[in-house]
Amino acid sequence: MSEYNFAYLDEQTKRMIRRAILKGLAVPGYQVPFASREMPMPYGWGTGGVQVSAATLTPDDTFKVIDQGADDTTNAVSIRKFFENTAGVVTTEETEKATVIQTRHRIPEAELTEDQILVYQVPIPEPLRFLEPRETETRKMHALEEYGLMHVKLYEDISQHGAISTSYAYPVKVSGRYVMDPSPIPKFDNPKLEMDAIQLFGAGREQRIYAVPPHTKVVSLDFEDYPFEATKADHPCDLCGAEDSYLDEVIMDDAGNRMFVCSDTDYCRSRRAAGHEGRLAKEDAA
Amino acid sequence: MTPLLSVQNIRKTYGTRIGCTGVSFDLYPGEVMGIVGESGSGKSTLLNCLAGHLEPDGGRVVFDTRTDGPVDTVTMSEPERRMLGRTDWAFVHQHARDGLRMSVSAGGNIGERLMAVGDRHYGDIRDKAIDWLGRVEIEANRVDDRPTAFSGGMQQRLQIARNLVTGPRLVFMDEPTGGLDVSVQARLLDLLRGLVREMGLSAIIVTHDLAVVRLLADRLMVMKDGHVAESGLTDQVLDDPQHAYTQLLVSSVLQV
Ligand SMILES: Nc1ncnc2c1ncn2[C@@H]1O[C@H](COP(=O)(O)OP(=O)(O)OP(=O)(O)O)[C@@H](O)[C@H]1O
Ligand SMILES: [Mg+2]
Repeated sequence: MSEYNFAYLDEQTKRMIRRAILKGLAVPGYQVPFASREMPMPYGWGTGGVQVSAATLTPDDTFKVIDQGADDTTNAVSIRKFFENTAGVVTTEETEKATVIQTRHRIPEAELTEDQILVYQVPIPEPLRFLEPRETETRKMHALEEYGLMHVKLYEDISQHGAISTSYAYPVKVSGRYVMDPSPIPKFDNPKLEMDAIQLFGAGREQRIYAVPPHTKVVSLDFEDYPFEATKADHPCDLCGAEDSYLDEVIMDDAGNRMFVCSDTDYCRSRRAAGHEGRLAKEDAA
Repeated sequence: MTPLLSVQNIRKTYGTRIGCTGVSFDLYPGEVMGIVGESGSGKSTLLNCLAGHLEPDGGRVVFDTRTDGPVDTVTMSEPERRMLGRTDWAFVHQHARDGLRMSVSAGGNIGERLMAVGDRHYGDIRDKAIDWLGRVEIEANRVDDRPTAFSGGMQQRLQIARNLVTGPRLVFMDEPTGGLDVSVQARLLDLLRGLVREMGLSAIIVTHDLAVVRLLADRLMVMKDGHVAESGLTDQVLDDPQHAYTQLLVSSVLQV
């Protein structure tokens, strides 16, 4: 581990990233360009988030990594190992114990506090991209607050599907100013974007960092007659019985039996440890 | 009466080549002006300078705004100019695909300007889109189709609907009937004439088509080598053309 600088990146690079982070916090939702570095992992594996985490971590931090809510996927494990090796920080799977949490596609169920930082991996930072591919034009649209196009996307959704079908990366307006892609979290998580913790977003390939400071107003875009809804599967968790958590659907056998389980594995585990039981809790233990 | 648009000594050069120069005219509310001239005479350059798509090298384009009265749009801030571009102004391109979002449904195309100025009621937006489809003679059941599924004439009519839905006061058109079949042109022209009259639109129309000029334009401006060669009431210019190009234009049509 001594062959690396703390958290892999050199201090110069970390300072550059921190400046981008601070600028992002000063202008909530604004995409700050930064000089993304080559990381020893491919794009799409969270290189943006990893660089933000590297610039954020201190030796005293406790680090947690989740991928779609789970701590044990290949992606989460490899990023956790990466920082164990390069920064020597303590890692944890417990949301409450972590001071820095890097995430892909979820916000933890447990309410985060002012002492925590949530770092998102972002594949495509530009919410206007799919309708306006020209970067010069989208920049201008942000600068001039011309966001009609975002509603065109939602209009298309309703006209094709009878409802706003966008269920991931649901666009939000931050602090009454910038429209932002919250990364591919389910829209169920959108209301949680107004939180006590600092939220940092890193896009490696696209070289953008943006941020939502604590207690910032974050509004999900919608229509008066099609208001935003934070939906989830209408089910309790089959393992811990939670009614308020985002669920993954798991196919159990060829006969089409399914179960619904918390996507946040730590949340589910801690509830079961506290004695909560879902419909299939006994079978799972067996 | 205050002109809706007062163009004063507009000049635009591309390096050493003249795009257009020394162009001045006033357009009054409800007036339609045609611009004709041979290829390369500077018609599109002028139109784009007037509509704020190109920055002129000299001159003023004074528009009588709703809130602040006459304002030079060349020197106004870009946000203000872009706001005009999606409220009081409209621009109809020769090629519909330059003026439409080809990956968005007809309804979304028409609704875009409404949403851009703050409409947030899906049902209302859709109703207005369907109403406008009807006004440009496209059936309501095509509202969810993309323009890629439309004929050239339908695309052009959709582009017009998309532009007029916010009730602009000034419409710029660059060869709106160009590239369409003759029969399709005639229908589009009829439609345009109806809309211009009904909405009391002011318009500046660049065209090669004398039928467009005769049917729509109150006044005519003839351009040659970036300059205004002659201008006046349409009938006067066409009945007694002074300039060689105009004479050719009139005689070539008469021969047909
Ligand atoms: N982007 C450009 N760069 C350099 N020169 C240009 C450019 N656009 C136009 N020009 C030149 O400016 C002059 C006027 O061109 P413009 O396109 O305005 O003519 P036009 O009257 O619209 O012609 P057309 O009838 O063929 O559309 C021409 O000499 C043209 O070559
Ligand atoms: Mg032209």
